[in-house]
Amino acid sequence: MHAVIIGNGVTGVTAATRLRQLQPDWKVTLVSGESAFHYSRPALMYIFMGHMTYEATKPFEDSFWRDQRLDLVRDWVTAIDIDDRQLVLHRNGRLPYDRLLIATGAKSNKFGWPGQDLDGVQGLYNLKDLHQLYKNAERASHAVIVGGGLIGIELAEMLHSRHIHVTFLIREPSYWRNILPMEESGMLNRLIEEQGIGLIKETNLKEIVDDGTGKVEAVITEFDDRIDCQLVGLTPGVSPNTDLVKSTPIETGRGVLVDNAFRTNIPDIYAAGDCAEIVSRNGGRNLIQQVWYTGKKQGKVAGEVLAGQDTEYDPGIWYNSAKFFDLEYQTYGMILNTPQPGERHLFWEHPSHRHAVRIVGVDGCIKAFNFMGIRARHEVCERWIAERRTVEYVLDHLEEANFDPEFFVRHESEIVRSLKEQLA
Amino acid sequence: MSTPPAAPTLIDPESISYFYDEEAEGFGEPESAAEAPRNPGMMVSAGVIGLGFLALVVSLLGMPLSGAWTPFLLSFGLLSAGTIGYVWFTYRDTVPGIKHDGIMFGNTTHRGAIAWALGIALTGFYVVLYWWPEYLSRAIALVEPLSQVLAGQPANQWFLYGFLYTMAVVLFGFRMFMRYRHNRYHIIRTISVMFFQLVLAFVLPQFLRALNEPEFYFSYFWPLKYDYLFPGTVDYLVNSPGALGSFMVFWGVACTFIATPVLTYFYGKRWYCSWVCGCGGLAETLGDPWRHLTPKSTVSWKIERAIIYAVLLLIIATTAVLWVSSTSEGALSAISAPLKQWYGFYIGAVFAGVIGVGFYPILGNRVWCRFGCPMAAVLGIIQRFFSRFRITTNGGQCMSCGNCTTYCEMGIDVRAYAERGENIVRSSCVGCGVCSAVCPRGVLKLENGMSHGDRYPGSDKPLSAFSEAVSKGARVYGDRDGYV
Repeated sequence: MHAVIIGNGVTGVTAATRLRQLQPDWKVTLVSGESAFHYSRPALMYIFMGHMTYEATKPFEDSFWRDQRLDLVRDWVTAIDIDDRQLVLHRNGRLPYDRLLIATGAKSNKFGWPGQDLDGVQGLYNLKDLHQLYKNAERASHAVIVGGGLIGIELAEMLHSRHIHVTFLIREPSYWRNILPMEESGMLNRLIEEQGIGLIKETNLKEIVDDGTGKVEAVITEFDDRIDCQLVGLTPGVSPNTDLVKSTPIETGRGVLVDNAFRTNIPDIYAAGDCAEIVSRNGGRNLIQQVWYTGKKQGKVAGEVLAGQDTEYDPGIWYNSAKFFDLEYQTYGMILNTPQPGERHLFWEHPSHRHAVRIVGVDGCIKAFNFMGIRARHEVCERWIAERRTVEYVLDHLEEANFDPEFFVRHESEIVRSLKEQLA
Repeated sequence: MSTPPAAPTLIDPESISYFYDEEAEGFGEPESAAEAPRNPGMMVSAGVIGLGFLALVVSLLGMPLSGAWTPFLLSFGLLSAGTIGYVWFTYRDTVPGIKHDGIMFGNTTHRGAIAWALGIALTGFYVVLYWWPEYLSRAIALVEPLSQVLAGQPANQWFLYGFLYTMAVVLFGFRMFMRYRHNRYHIIRTISVMFFQLVLAFVLPQFLRALNEPEFYFSYFWPLKYDYLFPGTVDYLVNSPGALGSFMVFWGVACTFIATPVLTYFYGKRWYCSWVCGCGGLAETLGDPWRHLTPKSTVSWKIERAIIYAVLLLIIATTAVLWVSSTSEGALSAISAPLKQWYGFYIGAVFAGVIGVGFYPILGNRVWCRFGCPMAAVLGIIQRFFSRFRITTNGGQCMSCGNCTTYCEMGIDVRAYAERGENIVRSSCVGCGVCSAVCPRGVLKLENGMSHGDRYPGSDKPLSAFSEAVSKGARVYGDRDGYV
């Protein structure tokens, strides 16, 4: 049996290693045009900032692949020949498969802005983008970033580390306000401005101006304000990368349509990770998950399905984390940007604006947490949510959830006092 | 290649470029990065350092600066004041947090010409210190007044060495305060190593000399300070004129055989290696700019295990042979003296000093601690099998970025554990806490648990779990299915 995986990102690689554990004798091949070896995509920023070498972003030593008999092919897949069960490769002819996993990830959104293809305009998603950023940063003293998500703020931090002045253009009234509640978002506005980064809110991009040689010279906002810059980062989110399957019989929606076991409509072809759209069984919303953790979790299940196990993906309790400059953020359970009907929000913020906690309850039971500048134990938070502990119980035991390093100043007594007052 | 695709080609090959060979070319230093802004305070401080350096060179060239204290204060005083000022003005206006921007681009921090020059200079200093101290006579004369005050005796090369060592720990300890001012673990730990170096490893031994007691270092024990349990040293201490000699013997024995296992059981190896030890103290302060240079490969781990346990066996054998030889009327004396001399030269001087510190800018700040130190080997065995200490990982939050592994000064692939949500229980971990500090997702935490049995399955019976894993073919972590 020969299993082929398109894409060596976290989903493809997790599927491959899981498959190898379950089927020691199968031939397993990973095809990627982007990189020779798997690397950690979230670590791209640390290469640019000089915190890490590229080599260090590879989670496995190069010898790992040989030891595990996972074949790596550096090539782009240009087509899937479904009838003959073969992949058409750009450089290396055809690659037959018995089972195929599509893990092509996502690609940066572009909204057809005038000038979006100029020299000096780019997104940040892969090694190619990073390489381009190296070049673009050389001649930039001022950069404009359009789109206020996680990649946008990472890009801001990256350019800031090289002493390039950054202006951040966001559609929302406050940074990441489409995801975060007002208070957390406000803490981040403060943080961004504290770093000396210009934050222009509720403003759309109108066009990017050519300097006459095909290079970017400035951007113009919807209010006809002109901002001079030599680099424009476009980071208005990502979408599933379905280029390869769009006009094959494999069904796509926004992503590659799959069931709960990552099966597409074609037998023996599967898709998982950022490129997949999991069709809801009960007519609810389809699920597209595009963060590292879900890519890894989906990859593990996809590996099991490829190996022939009868298993299904359970998204479980949502969690995520990020670091905004020096402020860490963790979330457990789902918190939307505004309180939903029936939700009770309790919020505490330290006067320094460097620590905050949000606790969301429904019918007196814990539903979700946001932590800013405080580390929390994943296992404890998840268990409390799963066990439907009462908010009172959670407050009384909050210190059990703390994961800050030793000797850090603990805020539980203040937090609990404040939140209990709100509760009363 | 020539086979025409049967299915329609959906991606136009012309649009595809194999844009970049990241393996061959990597992502290196930016060609023309904007310089970090320098404030006037930094410039003035740099000037003060320059003046101090000038005074040092003038003194060393033998051009007399009048008075006993003047040359000392002009050279070391200005160097210290300038360094403190430079560090203060560098970090004063920065937002507290991890300060690793540009580390991999820095000439000094990433094996550039300055790093090599520093490495050669440090190595050269150790070679001269150990084997040609006569060339240091002018430098020794510089610290003479301090030696007179502290010890009431003339300075020698070891006093000079202790002074420079302590100065480095204190000045670069201050740098740690500024860099890690958001992190109380690092502040407290740095205060601890500064205290132990300054008081127990510098001032107190000199005071003991002034009191005509043996020059004894209360913060070093056998087998790191290997001669403290040699029969010759024990004899010398017991028969020394001062009253403290016998207590020193008792202290040495108690620290090696009681404090070491007990404290390591409760707190792990870190109580010594990154809180008390002078070698660790220098590594955590002066050596901090180079902590990421420690090799991380599986091969380096194999070399580490081969050498460090060999050194441990060697010092145990040497000590045993010396005792047999001293108690049995010359039996084994033919080998005991050469063995002692050999260990002192190759391990005590060449490995611990010349390579251990001299290679900081090239191989990282823990070369000796990781590959050679027999004390670290003993602490490591206790930590691996019988200690409450572990680094815990936080559920599924790891995103495999590799900051932890990069900044592990002991070469542990921390990420390999973190990404699987496993506790890290490794003999080499010195508990410096930097992996936890640099983690951008809050995944790692140094913890002392309630027992050693809850660290991972089987750790209540660590030795049988270990032998079972080995018998099942677990080699090293590189194969990912099992590791020991």
